[in-house]
Amino acid sequence: MTEPHISPPEVKVPALAWIKNNFFSSWMSTILTIASVWLVYVLLKGILVWAFTSAEWDVVSVNIRLLLVGQFPKDQIWRIWLSLVLISLIGGSALSLWGRSSKTIVFGLAATPLVLALIPGPLVHKYWMVGMTIAGIAGWFMASAIGHKARSFVYTGVVIWFPITLILLSGLSETNALLPTIGTNLWGGLLLTMLLTVGGIVVSFPLGVLLALGRRSELPAIKYFSIGYIELIRGVPLITILFMAQIMLPLFLPANVTVDRVLRAAVGITMFSAAYLAENIRGGLQAIPKGQFEASHAIGLSGFPTMSLIILPQALRIAIPMLVSQFIGLMKDTSLVAIVGLFDLLGIARTVLAQPDFIGLQREVYAFISIFYWLISFTMSFVSQKIETAVGLGER
Amino acid sequence: MNQENENEIIITTENLNKWYGQFHVLKDINMEVKKGEVIVIFGPSGSGKSSFIRCINRLEEYQGGLITVDGIELTNDVRNIEKIRMETGMVFQQFNLFPHITVLDNVTLAPMQVRKWKKEKAEELGMQLLTRVGIPEQANKYPGQLSGGQQQRVAIARALAMQPKIMLFDEPTSALDPEMIKEVLDVMIELAKSGMTMLVVTHEMGFARSVADRMFFFDKGQIVESGKPENIFSAPKEDRTKLFLSQILSH
Repeated sequence: MTEPHISPPEVKVPALAWIKNNFFSSWMSTILTIASVWLVYVLLKGILVWAFTSAEWDVVSVNIRLLLVGQFPKDQIWRIWLSLVLISLIGGSALSLWGRSSKTIVFGLAATPLVLALIPGPLVHKYWMVGMTIAGIAGWFMASAIGHKARSFVYTGVVIWFPITLILLSGLSETNALLPTIGTNLWGGLLLTMLLTVGGIVVSFPLGVLLALGRRSELPAIKYFSIGYIELIRGVPLITILFMAQIMLPLFLPANVTVDRVLRAAVGITMFSAAYLAENIRGGLQAIPKGQFEASHAIGLSGFPTMSLIILPQALRIAIPMLVSQFIGLMKDTSLVAIVGLFDLLGIARTVLAQPDFIGLQREVYAFISIFYWLISFTMSFVSQKIETAVGLGER
Repeated sequence: MNQENENEIIITTENLNKWYGQFHVLKDINMEVKKGEVIVIFGPSGSGKSSFIRCINRLEEYQGGLITVDGIELTNDVRNIEKIRMETGMVFQQFNLFPHITVLDNVTLAPMQVRKWKKEKAEELGMQLLTRVGIPEQANKYPGQLSGGQQQRVAIARALAMQPKIMLFDEPTSALDPEMIKEVLDVMIELAKSGMTMLVVTHEMGFARSVADRMFFFDKGQIVESGKPENIFSAPKEDRTKLFLSQILSH
């Protein structure tokens, strides 16, 4: 006897029927649909009419360099571009090794600089944007050619990129011909926001892992230090920590010792973020069944390899959604440094608005920087969803 | 196997006592296991049988008595614990495979990390072991993609990868669907016939009857009765053993 093969029934709903089923299935839903459409129309109309007729976008185009990089010297902007080209190269290789499943990300990242290059502006910047795309593609093919061994290069690249960027931006010495010093007081705008964000993530993540492990440690000194640190920091608003760092810290230090203001803010943000990350990671650690520890011990692995090879990879994977939320929060929290007098994206926006030429244009400037904050947050959230799919979270 | 090895004692427990808080779970357990013996431990739940075999590779601490494994005294010394864990493999009721790495990586992890073997050497052994348990074709899948029986066979291969002298089985078939129990028992029977020293906590009496050298009946933290399977099944001395056997064999 042959087994009967029956395909599942095909479900086809015509577009009109779908609209009727979903929007006009009853009187009540018809009324709700019409009311919602009207509401969206009224809101959007106001915004669109304003954006395309009465808004004075000159304030943005005149100050665009200020908003993006602050007072970073014009003739040194190539350093920022070089750093971006480097990360494109690393990003291209990383995508080639791990990200092939998501075409959206691959094409999106490759195309973004090219699309940006279409915006009117100085020609030099367009060359750099095209350079980023080329570097990304070059990284992709280099990693494909080298194969699995490229992994260690990518790991190294990810680790050293941020320090290299910091050296590139701050320069080597006053008299150095190639890389003269650029004080952090000149770093500003989107550049400063991104540096605080990336620096915060890069440094607070390992700290968070250590604190999370410390809180579960059997050694009382480490355990109670971790608990004390986490609970102390979580009990204080970030803005308080930033004020402490900017105003109180100099009072405690000897008169001749000064710590860079940007560095102080960065340390404050990092310390704050580490405490929250530690709790997110601890949540992931608690989700790992005891059997995983037992199985690992039973095959002879001791404490450190058990943690680093068995427990942490699983715990961090579980914690990805919480970690990314925390990173997005960190990015937006960097805007608080404007209140203690640094010129990040928000701080620069406020100085732009303080110029006599641009008084009363808050809507334009804040709308513009909101778009940037949203774009960065959304990109992080989107990439994290793709990572979750790639590592198979929620499938088992 | 030569004559002197055959009677060599590989595990000794003397007056082993263990408490969970106030609960006295193991009371003066004395046992000697010879090299190559297959021991089946059975008894009602809560009788301490799992706790007992988990003491042997120090997954559980014990508060009184002495355990010696292959001449190594099990103390609080971490080095001794690690030595003993290298000589004992363990298979769990819930498999406890590492879900984030492939089946082959599960098997090769310990040889590479603990014995510092090269990847090629470890993978060669890994494939041999997966072939021995009958699933070489699953090597590159993740544990979550396998059936329960297949997962438990991977767990056996993983435990064998450290080339242990002793294998501990903690209810290896209790979490399996009936049709998968046989495939796991077949692997265990093959292992028993190859001369491996095995301590098996199980209620699979068919397995006990065919390969066990001795059986131990645990109840309320004590060894109530022990002996050869034929004696235990046909003429149990203790009433509690009789009652328990009648309960699990009546169906």
